[in-house]
Amino acid sequence: MSTVLSAPAPLRTDDVAARAYEPRSARLRAASPAEAAAELADISTSIRRDIITTIQSAGMGHVGGDLSVTDLMVTALWGTLRMRPAQADHPQRDRFVLSKGHCAAALYSTLASCGFFPRSRLSEFMAPLSPLNGHPARLKVPGVETNSGPLGHGFPVATGCALGAKLRGETWRTIVVLGDGEMQEGSNWEAAMTAAHYELANLTAVVDRNRLQQGARTEDTKSLEPLDAKWASFGWEVRVIDGHDHRAIKEAYAPSTTGRPVAVIANTTKGKGVSFMEDRVEWHHKVPTDEQVRLALEELNR
Amino acid sequence: MTSVAEQAPTFDCRADFADELALLARTDERIVAVCNDSVGSSNLVKFREEFPTRLINVGIAEQDLVGVSAGLSNAGFIPFASAAAPFLTGRALEQIKADIAYTHRHVVLCGQSPGMAYGELGPTHHSIEDLSWMRAIPGLDIIVPADPAQTRSAVRWAARSGRPTYIRVPRFKVPAVTPDDAPFEAGRAVRLREGSDVTLIAVGTMVSRALDAAHLLAQQDISARVLNMTFVEPLDVAAVIAAAQETRAVVTAEEGLLSGGLGAAVAKVVAENDPVPVRMLGVPSFAPTGSAAFLLEHFGLTADGVAGAAREALGRV
Repeated sequence: MSTVLSAPAPLRTDDVAARAYEPRSARLRAASPAEAAAELADISTSIRRDIITTIQSAGMGHVGGDLSVTDLMVTALWGTLRMRPAQADHPQRDRFVLSKGHCAAALYSTLASCGFFPRSRLSEFMAPLSPLNGHPARLKVPGVETNSGPLGHGFPVATGCALGAKLRGETWRTIVVLGDGEMQEGSNWEAAMTAAHYELANLTAVVDRNRLQQGARTEDTKSLEPLDAKWASFGWEVRVIDGHDHRAIKEAYAPSTTGRPVAVIANTTKGKGVSFMEDRVEWHHKVPTDEQVRLALEELNR
Repeated sequence: MTSVAEQAPTFDCRADFADELALLARTDERIVAVCNDSVGSSNLVKFREEFPTRLINVGIAEQDLVGVSAGLSNAGFIPFASAAAPFLTGRALEQIKADIAYTHRHVVLCGQSPGMAYGELGPTHHSIEDLSWMRAIPGLDIIVPADPAQTRSAVRWAARSGRPTYIRVPRFKVPAVTPDDAPFEAGRAVRLREGSDVTLIAVGTMVSRALDAAHLLAQQDISARVLNMTFVEPLDVAAVIAAAQETRAVVTAEEGLLSGGLGAAVAKVVAENDPVPVRMLGVPSFAPTGSAAFLLEHFGLTADGVAGAAREALGRV
């Protein structure tokens, strides 16, 4: 006999979390990168814990990439961009686009931490009829600007967002986070050319350079290097950083000073924060056992 | 015979598309045109002169064209994304699915020179698959205007609908077939001629030819109803069911691939409701080279061809 499931309630703002987010985020945005770094690192650790338990409850997920992108995402959403969890569609909001949409668990955990929806709903990740699809869907999750998952989509959309702001003379900005393996998609280089041509200084593209893709190392699959020179030759201002150094990330997210769009190449470690997952290709989408979850949380609680 | 196609003046609807777009853009600052190095072929030269910052040319990059349009929609614009139909729909198919339809972005995809308009350039440039591809994507409205008036109506409608929409902008010259008082509504076919024996359902280029076929059939005492379907999605299901119930056969005619196009949509409705004989006219496979006019003849997409299919469906061969 089949079980008839009723659809869970739509995701709505977590008012308590949103109220707590707004002053804290405003303070972190205004603080110097050095001052904000320790606090952003704490938030990142809590997000990493949520990622582990979210993937454990779903029995699926892309844990390696989630952990590599966490610091980049937390610094964007908590320490750089002006998000409005209580008014997710506010026209003046800054835009955050996750182009590497397979890292939905990291995005959902971070959006929930900001109050876009209750953190308790993370346990529905990939459950039947859940709004928390394995890949982000704009109409289901507040704070998701565009659907992503198929690679090479988020960057052109983010380019359109930034172009739109420029055409309207508005000051809000757009940050898009790309996977490094994703840079093998041609549509990204189409977007790179468009953004440079239209001098979209309000656009920052961040490459999560963990050097691993689903099947192997990027350089063994289809090499990307010299990645910084590629971006520069496409007309971008390039900033190469340690993608787990919150101070460096916040500095790299500072607006363009050259009138050109900014590419941040963030050197990261896939599986960052959990020693047995770090830099190992099999953790692209392997699910930790209960014992591995225990060990991972122990490391992240230190 | 009174031939609509042969005696009436004919029009390249791209001019009407561009004029109507500019007209709307004058009063609605949200409207922008986005194209892929197709300023000339999308007839956007005048639009660019009048709205230089609102004509965005992403170069030869159709996936980017659709993605950037989704982003412009996110930023509050109503983008009309215009490119040659085969490349807009084919090259950017997944962007249309993921960035526009599933995301429900109000972006108007404008397929220029559809069907076999680029006949001599061969099957890579024929846009016969676009209706099948666009029909396979949930949540996308599909409009195939038949003449200048419908082209203008399609642009106006799509600008206001708030919905992801594909418009097949005609290039093959067509006569005016739409009465002044004809409605233009989603999911509503226009009945151009009453008839009781057979219903001819056509879109785009084929509408005037279906009307001519009805004249030919009348000479043989066959009464043919003619529907201009206009919206392939949402289809006028009620009009198709009425055709099956009130006439004895249905013929569809489209300048496009038989697999998955208008005919397939109509046949499904007929089969599930009141099955009557259906004949589908269209393109069976990759087409050879030749002018669009030649290719329409080649595939029997003519008044004679439609009339012959109607006689066959009625068992009056």
